[in-house]
Amino acid sequence: MITLGIDVGSITAKAALVKDGKLLSTAVIITGYNARNAGESVFGKILSEAGIERSEIGGIVATGYGRNSVTFAGKSITEITCHAAGAHFLNPAVRSVIDIGGQDSKAIVMDEAGKVRDFAMNDKCAAGTGRFLEVMARALEVDINDFGKMSLEADNPARISSLCTVFAESEVISLIAKGEKRKNIIAGIHESIGSRVAAMAGRLGLTSPVMMTGGVAKNIGVVKALEGKTGKPIEVSEMAQLTGAIGAALIAMTL
Amino acid sequence: MTGNSQAPDPEKEKRKIKSVKKMKEIMTNYYMEAKTAEQTGKKVAWITSGGPVEPLIVMDIIPVYPENHGAMIGASKMGGALCEKSEEMGYSRDLCSYARADIACAPVNGGPIGGLPRPDMLVCCNNICGTVLKWYEVQARYFNVPLFILDTPFSHTGFSDEARKYVRKQVDEYIDFLEMVCGKKCDYDRMAEVGKLSVQGQRLWQAVLDTAAHKPAPMSAFDAFFHLALIVTLRGTSVVVDYYTELLAEMKERTASGISAVPNEKYRLLWDNLPIWYRTKWLSEKFAAHDACLVADTYTSAWCGSLKYINENDFLGTMAEGYSRIYLNIGVDEMAETVMEMIDKYDADGLVMHSNRSCKPYSLGQYDIQRIVQEKRKIPTLMIEADMVDERSFAESQIETRIDAFMEVLKAG
Repeated sequence: MITLGIDVGSITAKAALVKDGKLLSTAVIITGYNARNAGESVFGKILSEAGIERSEIGGIVATGYGRNSVTFAGKSITEITCHAAGAHFLNPAVRSVIDIGGQDSKAIVMDEAGKVRDFAMNDKCAAGTGRFLEVMARALEVDINDFGKMSLEADNPARISSLCTVFAESEVISLIAKGEKRKNIIAGIHESIGSRVAAMAGRLGLTSPVMMTGGVAKNIGVVKALEGKTGKPIEVSEMAQLTGAIGAALIAMTL
Repeated sequence: MTGNSQAPDPEKEKRKIKSVKKMKEIMTNYYMEAKTAEQTGKKVAWITSGGPVEPLIVMDIIPVYPENHGAMIGASKMGGALCEKSEEMGYSRDLCSYARADIACAPVNGGPIGGLPRPDMLVCCNNICGTVLKWYEVQARYFNVPLFILDTPFSHTGFSDEARKYVRKQVDEYIDFLEMVCGKKCDYDRMAEVGKLSVQGQRLWQAVLDTAAHKPAPMSAFDAFFHLALIVTLRGTSVVVDYYTELLAEMKERTASGISAVPNEKYRLLWDNLPIWYRTKWLSEKFAAHDACLVADTYTSAWCGSLKYINENDFLGTMAEGYSRIYLNIGVDEMAETVMEMIDKYDADGLVMHSNRSCKPYSLGQYDIQRIVQEKRKIPTLMIEADMVDERSFAESQIETRIDAFMEVLKAG
């Protein structure tokens, strides 16, 4: 049976097709302002890329903040359950997941079957999320995809003390004005995200092995900062951004 | 007339608690009496929700509760605007939203009932928090009326003789204060009667809440949030005793005929902290959609939680301990014990905690209580960040995701 997982996040919409327990195809698009359209578009994209007809799909599960606007899905399941299922698929040994997405960050602890035992989420604030990084990239006039690489070259990471995106942005601007190197500012931003997320994960109590999922996992600087703050090695899959969609497709198989 | 109004859903009608109508009448009459006190020559005292109201009843003073008013403001979704108004007046957004809403209401007679009646005196007991001290000082200055402060020492563990004497002495001073303001003597025989009625009311309230131990629960915490108003405002009067007797009978009837608060109750949850007043309907429907019922809560049970320390035959002598050892004035370990007793009593499958931006004494220690409960009862817990009155602190999609994920964990077993 072929099943589909759709993960409509605040920045990107992801889709994954799974056939008989194997990953068949994936797709990613920008969500834009209309979550419902994003679900439809990413669905169309994955079908045409995989060369599969809509009628061949045996089940669809939607996840992500826009999960309830994906009207063609049979069921909606939260990102927490889907990321756990996806991470378990990518590496069955994983016991904890740190997911940093566009608008929230989560820590999840699971059992050996990939079932969620407990989770924690950031409060309603964009600090420590993908959106926070986007704001900083704009302030620094740096392509967000270069953030990770640049931060690794830092010689003296700057201190970003504020936990608020808006205040942190003005801190960054004053650091720029003082002539601080971009790479040091970026490293400081990653440290501040690392501290914030590690504190939340610490409250939950992470069990190794830990995997990082979500779009921000593509940023090696944040991963390194998190490793430093949690004191635990963190693995990142090539499929980090697609973990939720993969999990959703796997759950669709069981329904 | 085309008669296109929809017929009520018989399923929903069946589940409605019939006593609600009477309760609304009682509360309307109570507020009418309070609002017309100036014409009838009665005195009005504003008092904190955990304050000893019984001496006021004895002295024929109408007690009025800014906190109950705060709840009404929240439920009417007027909290955000009033909080903003208080911020314009110079109060910080980090302060309690009951305090902010009340302070903002006073000069403009705002809120759902056009403001509270002008007080003749204020009675402030700090057993619930420290904010009330400054809040009541602000209002005492604004209305230029006398303020009595009853200081209840924090009771980490147990209750010392010194604390008992200290609070007992203040009870005498409290009565002296009332005698002075009213210009008449306290009738101690009546005090004994009112004390008995107060204890009786609290026992009945506990009995009402206890009916939710039945599976399925005939009432939910959302119902308790509504029916709570009487034990808070009219404690020590026969109105409370009569009403809760009736409500208890209705709950027993519901249990006998299998009427439940939530249609297909599968999951039983315990709620911690104050309600999110402007979202009770949304939350109640959200949980019900998951076949979950909030069967009990630490908040409404706080008005009968210290009954064990009160002797109805010596109310004045024992109220010091009763009023000092309430849920918000004890150590975190004892709070966790109370939570676990409730989990056992109501056979709760999970714990939902509202981390309330307004209420620091309630929210401080929640992470510890959560950890203790997870270790000792091994049930899933959920933390929701919001505020009891200020709807600007509520993020629907975030909270929805948390509740859905929590229910997925519960359902997966």
